[in-house]
Amino acid sequence: MTMDDTSKATRAAYGETLVELADEGVDVVAVDADLAGSTTTKKLGAAYPMRLVDVGIAEQNMIDVAAGLSLSGKIAFTGSFAVFGTGRAYDQIRNTVCYSKLDVKIAPTHAGISVGPDGGSHQMLEDISLMRGLPNMRVLVPSDYHAAKAAIRLAVATPGPVYVRMGRASVPRIYGADYRMEWERAIVLREGVDVTIAACGIEVAQALMAADALAERGIDAEVIDVPSIKPLPAADILASIRKTGCVVTAEEHSVIGGLGAAVAELTAEHLPVFLERVGMRDSFGTSGSLPELLTCFELDAPAIVRAVTRVRARCHRTL
Amino acid sequence: MQPYGSVEGARVEALAQMEVNVEKDVAEKVGTPEGTDGSERVAAIEMADAPLKAMSMRRDIIAMLALAGSGHPGGSLSATDIVAELYFGGILTHDHDRPTDPARDRFILSKGHAAPVLYAALAEDGYFPLSELSTLRKLHSRLQGHPDSKVLPGVEVSTGSLGQGLSIAAGLALGLMSSGGDREKGMVPTVFALLGDGEIEEGQVWEAVMFSAHQHLGNLVAIIDNNDLQIDGRCSELLGLTGIAERFRAFNWHVLEVDGHDSVALNGVLSQAKAYTKGPVAVIARTVKGKGVSFMEDQVEWHGKAPSADQAAVAFGELGGMPGWYSECIEGGRA
Repeated sequence: MTMDDTSKATRAAYGETLVELADEGVDVVAVDADLAGSTTTKKLGAAYPMRLVDVGIAEQNMIDVAAGLSLSGKIAFTGSFAVFGTGRAYDQIRNTVCYSKLDVKIAPTHAGISVGPDGGSHQMLEDISLMRGLPNMRVLVPSDYHAAKAAIRLAVATPGPVYVRMGRASVPRIYGADYRMEWERAIVLREGVDVTIAACGIEVAQALMAADALAERGIDAEVIDVPSIKPLPAADILASIRKTGCVVTAEEHSVIGGLGAAVAELTAEHLPVFLERVGMRDSFGTSGSLPELLTCFELDAPAIVRAVTRVRARCHRTL
Repeated sequence: MQPYGSVEGARVEALAQMEVNVEKDVAEKVGTPEGTDGSERVAAIEMADAPLKAMSMRRDIIAMLALAGSGHPGGSLSATDIVAELYFGGILTHDHDRPTDPARDRFILSKGHAAPVLYAALAEDGYFPLSELSTLRKLHSRLQGHPDSKVLPGVEVSTGSLGQGLSIAAGLALGLMSSGGDREKGMVPTVFALLGDGEIEEGQVWEAVMFSAHQHLGNLVAIIDNNDLQIDGRCSELLGLTGIAERFRAFNWHVLEVDGHDSVALNGVLSQAKAYTKGPVAVIARTVKGKGVSFMEDQVEWHGKAPSADQAAVAFGELGGMPGWYSECIEGGRA
């Protein structure tokens, strides 16, 4: 599994996969809040008009209408942008979807800094943290288009609340069409012995580029994709770290409460090692192009390389 | 010695008097048995069951709150006649032996803090034993402080965070309608949601109001328990919340107004609301917070305070006695 040049956004998988599922006879519906075109749930509505409900600009109602639809026996997906689809409706997700353990899949798009020019108000960087903290909620962060398709299918196959985080920007292809996502499994994309780079979402591609750059310097990095943020693939992550002895996490999300925090919690409890977290360092985003933003906020491949250098230096100092 | 002997006597007397009144009501509404066909008579007697059940439910509510030591009597008592009419007046199609029957009508208590009124109705109906009411708000009880659908049969969805029930009800009504494939009444279950008047200050309620009218949800009924009191004062004074009927009409809802403590009127209006298929119906029920217990009526401080044992005894005196399960509980030393 290596990257090729075929770029596609994770959100592009959303509407398409819902149509496929409906074609297969799965009773899926989508509820969106005036962003059905952007999230691509509109594709489901085009194929099956009764299966898309657009509630207008009303995200709280969106979540609870989906809750009601799930109570009638349907598998209900919600849309909107991640910033509104989680933050604006957090109480609805908490007190209705999660507390009642309903078959509602919170699957907004446009998560993270990759929304780009829309700026800090729209760049949702705390959603993993919000969703991860909720009892009964499971969290998936797919890293490419095929992973997003697999994540949606895994969400459908799993009763109860699931959060699927998707983005607006095109990302390099990492997986083939036959990829199947599993709970609590990390995927070793590149084997190595010197450092573990655990990444999710668009940072998986950056991590692979960083590994190439590190190889040129003689550092053999292991890159693992961690789409299942909750439940976390503890065994897979610990197995990799036992081999490499140190870890760098990379995510397009705040270092507070996201993948980096989850791995830090895991290693602190089970296998204390040096760790560096690449992610948003407790700040809002800003307007800009994706490449500019990745560099500006130190989320690009060179930033991951620097983090690897730091973590290995700390390892060596203590040896 | 029976500490509440005199109260028990009063209860029997009150019940006897109520039965006489009910018979009178039935006679007035549908004539004598000879003057009507059997079905009307049966329907009228079923309807007349609700006030008796409402009385029992009020006693249950006071008893369970006294045992719990916390909870919300005011809004439970204001909604008692409404909920009794839904469950015992022949409005809701439901069966306690089949709480997940797909064909059942749904009731969503959006004002989840009035959980005691829902628990009283479910227990009186037979969803679970009356004696379980003594576990309200206790560790490991199925009777959580606010309704938890994961643990208690008959609770459709967990509620407690205000403003969400109407959205849930709307989604459910839409789902049932599309699953049923037929908008004709009788084919699709009706979804009833009970909201507090203070609750409609939540903006989400109006998102749901717009949505439901736009979707022509003819199987959705919102009942507003309009007691004009919320924790911090009168709804009409705190946020100028008046003209609720006009507000719903302005959003293209069919609106019915009713005295929320008049069983016969309530039954008529709720039946009409269920039969109306063109769109969602709002039933604005004028109620008195704490209804049935003199010292609680229209008193804001009884929103979220449990009665002491002595206060409960006074309340039982006014409500025709204490529930049997409660006296057993007291005698068993579990109070």
